[in-house]
Amino acid sequence: MYKQASWNEPVIFNIGRSGRVGHILPKVEDEIKIAIGDLKTAIPENMQRATQPNLPELSEAEVTRHFIRLSEMNYGVDSGFYPLGSCTMKYNPKINENLASLPAINMIHPYQDESTVQGILEILYKLERWLAEITGTYEVCLQPAAGAHGEFLGTLLMRAYHKFKGENEKRTEVIVPDSAHGTNPASATMAGFNVVVVPSDDDGCVSLGALKAAVSERTAGLMLTNPNTLGIFEKNIDEIARIVHEAGGLLYYDGANLNPILCKTRPGDMGFDIVHINIHKTFSTPHGGGGPGAGPVGVSKELARFLPVPRIVFDGKHYHFDYDRPDSIGKIRSFYGNVAVLLRAYAYILSLGFEGLKEVAEISVLNANYLVKKLKEIRGLTLPYNTEKPRKHECVFSAKTLKNETGVSALNIAKRLLDHGIHAPTIYFPMIVDEALMIEPTETVEKEELDHFAEVMQKICEEAYTNPEIVLKAPHNTAVPRLDEVKASHPRTMTLSWRMYQKRKGKDL
Amino acid sequence: MVKTLSRHNHPYIPNSQPEIKQEMLQEIGIKSIDELYADIPEKYQLRKSLNLPEALSEFEVKRHVEALLSKNKTCSDMSVFLGAGCWPHYVPVVVKEIVQRSEFLTAYTPYQPEISQGMLQALFEYQSIICELTGMDVANCSMYDWASALGEAARMAVRVTGRNELLIPKIIHPERAATLNVYAEPARIKTQQIAYDRETGQISLEDLKNKLSNKTAAVYIENPSYLGFIETQVNEISNEAHAHGALVIVGVDPTSLGILKPPGDYGADIAIGEAQPLGNPMNFGGPLLGIFACRDDMNLIRQIPGRIIGLTTTTDGSKQGFCMTLQTREQHIRREKATSNICSNEALCAVASAVYMALLGPQGFRKLGEAIMYKANYAMHLLSKIDGVKAPVFKSAHFKEFTVNFDGTKSRVEEVHRKLLLKHQIHGGKNLSLEFPELGETALYCVTEIHSKEEIERLAEALEKILAR
Repeated sequence: MYKQASWNEPVIFNIGRSGRVGHILPKVEDEIKIAIGDLKTAIPENMQRATQPNLPELSEAEVTRHFIRLSEMNYGVDSGFYPLGSCTMKYNPKINENLASLPAINMIHPYQDESTVQGILEILYKLERWLAEITGTYEVCLQPAAGAHGEFLGTLLMRAYHKFKGENEKRTEVIVPDSAHGTNPASATMAGFNVVVVPSDDDGCVSLGALKAAVSERTAGLMLTNPNTLGIFEKNIDEIARIVHEAGGLLYYDGANLNPILCKTRPGDMGFDIVHINIHKTFSTPHGGGGPGAGPVGVSKELARFLPVPRIVFDGKHYHFDYDRPDSIGKIRSFYGNVAVLLRAYAYILSLGFEGLKEVAEISVLNANYLVKKLKEIRGLTLPYNTEKPRKHECVFSAKTLKNETGVSALNIAKRLLDHGIHAPTIYFPMIVDEALMIEPTETVEKEELDHFAEVMQKICEEAYTNPEIVLKAPHNTAVPRLDEVKASHPRTMTLSWRMYQKRKGKDL
Repeated sequence: MVKTLSRHNHPYIPNSQPEIKQEMLQEIGIKSIDELYADIPEKYQLRKSLNLPEALSEFEVKRHVEALLSKNKTCSDMSVFLGAGCWPHYVPVVVKEIVQRSEFLTAYTPYQPEISQGMLQALFEYQSIICELTGMDVANCSMYDWASALGEAARMAVRVTGRNELLIPKIIHPERAATLNVYAEPARIKTQQIAYDRETGQISLEDLKNKLSNKTAAVYIENPSYLGFIETQVNEISNEAHAHGALVIVGVDPTSLGILKPPGDYGADIAIGEAQPLGNPMNFGGPLLGIFACRDDMNLIRQIPGRIIGLTTTTDGSKQGFCMTLQTREQHIRREKATSNICSNEALCAVASAVYMALLGPQGFRKLGEAIMYKANYAMHLLSKIDGVKAPVFKSAHFKEFTVNFDGTKSRVEEVHRKLLLKHQIHGGKNLSLEFPELGETALYCVTEIHSKEEIERLAEALEKILAR
């Protein structure tokens, strides 16, 4: 069975010795010191740091060992199967890492003269074109740093569009389905909209009746994930688009689930006006334990004028930045985007081409439906919503029966999976499924691993009936056993930094 | 049967092997994968090819991308004196080694803390070191960049105070100001700029006092300022703001904090900034690493955007461990009532910074600050000797960046920079003549610990030659 390293690695402030150094900085030549004199006289007295910061003092070797040990207590896609639903934890090709660490990308400054950065501009320009082609949109902006940042931009574009049409005062509502990612309502709110939630119907798709009732002259747009978070394709997309557009709203595509439709169908063709793409999901760039990602946004021709500046343009010979966009919303961040991440996506698309990307989509769907078939047979698990409908890249099972019969919940299953060296699925999401286990295998996993996963799930559910304690108390094989997450957020015990820890020392933790 | 190598048996798609595919289809009980797509309306099924590149082998990808990138000129091909939000600093090799560890690199957000202790502890350490450096008590585990951190800080100040006006300095990075506007406008936040003293660049206290009112949610200042000088009236500014019940938000360049007073020591309620210089390469401006920290005050802490890692224990109390905290602020639980929509952030860049900061320690930070300030001041010293050149424009102490004015030479920045680049392989600073027309033909230069004495002298000599009449 799996066994994760369990170093009792102290917090870094508790290692090292006073006076030790981990890195030597380039020297300052004596001539410079003589010319400038004592810095104490150069820095205004009231702005000098009075006491040195309380930082750890370690040798280079100590720092290396500390962080290597920490890395050994972490689990990534390279460690094993990672069926985390909605997160598309596919394999991150190594060639892309290699390219992203070249000095020719690491050591260029964003304000360098255009003549000195033609290579990277060409890459970004072409990537924009490819992503526009894949999503069926007119123009793509690479700037958002993450999916949610892309959503923020997308909803700001809705705002700009309605303002341009003189309707911003009345278009105050953004509609989201009850199965939507939490970022959708949060993004719409950030962009100043009120959120209207529409329920899903019995087959897990947006209820057309409810949608018709929800749209009005207040509707700014609808945010939709398709396939949705149940992994089901919104078959009425035609009708949905018609309802929203006829009401004067825009249709927003949440790209979290783009993987299964790559080169199979395109959001732009389905009528979506705004599309965000999660580069770190669909285009294989590593998640880095929570980022950096990239969340480009594609838009229809009508909306292109509102995109943030600068736009990258090509005059047939050279690439340039174009800041002259009078209707642009402005900036949502500094510079041009998470370029090192985007470069990896460029290489990924090159490695696959059209046929390869189509294969990515198809196999991700094949893998998910294969798991549906296998997991459906397991006692205690059910597949809510239309069981006969094919899923796309992911499926959502419910452990409600298991919980009722044994007390073992989706959370317990998740923790027990860790003991087997398998990362847990997304749990308790979407909220319309009780005891949800949201499973996304991706196309990069082999059949043997899928079979193994199904066997382990079977075994855990059997344990739930025969020896529930072992599941209820899982995990046993990870760096630490079950953690108290409630304590971590309780005002009395909350410890968010070493400073707070020092202050609260001696008190209960 | 096998159409192209790219479609079948691709190294990234193990089940693309036709026999395996067949076995799986059989198990599912269908004949072809098309059946799994049958619910997509026919008119939306893509029946054509797209205008995408031909698939390449790994070697071809490498050769192609390297050839494109070789068209770039880097900081090693020429001396680059650019900063303004993204700075050239040295990244120690250990940092790169750690962030390439695939357990960190290929992990998702640590939603399952028991199997993600490494990332959680590293991020807790990042947060903790940021607190020590800035003099704050709580830090989140990153924002996208300084500019978006400012946007979020403004919105947080409005939530905390229930007021909706924000005062910002007139001297601010235009991209940062533009980002702030975009974040602020939907929340109906009104932003006003505070004038500066033409002689020193320092914030005009008089203008600040005039504009402060009981509607002011926060006063935002930067140290060092966008144009590189150290803002010294920090206590006065902070006292004025607090006297009006407004919060104080301070934006910092953390490389200065080994020698400059941290914002926590002059009353900052929220500290933000850019931590890219701490162990992250420039990468043409992204990813960056936004700092976000605040005081230990529940009214503030409850309103922080983004993920925060905290210390806890195992449920059996036997061991300490780490997990994400205060998730009820976040979008996946609170949805439209969340403090922000941010989820994916710049976690791995934060780990890089944690490693960098641990390598430097207190002595290293002091030396880093000193090296930068010495070298930048040496550059100002040499440049100001050139006939007609004024460096810096403002009579204030400067840290890493400084203004260089060419009005006295009758040359335009653009022209000077073109000659520097073409004749001397030197890249000058950022042209400010459009951003700050009142400063005339002025550029913003940046010198860090990586610029050698010789490079700085070569810059001065080249400018002297170019400007000689």
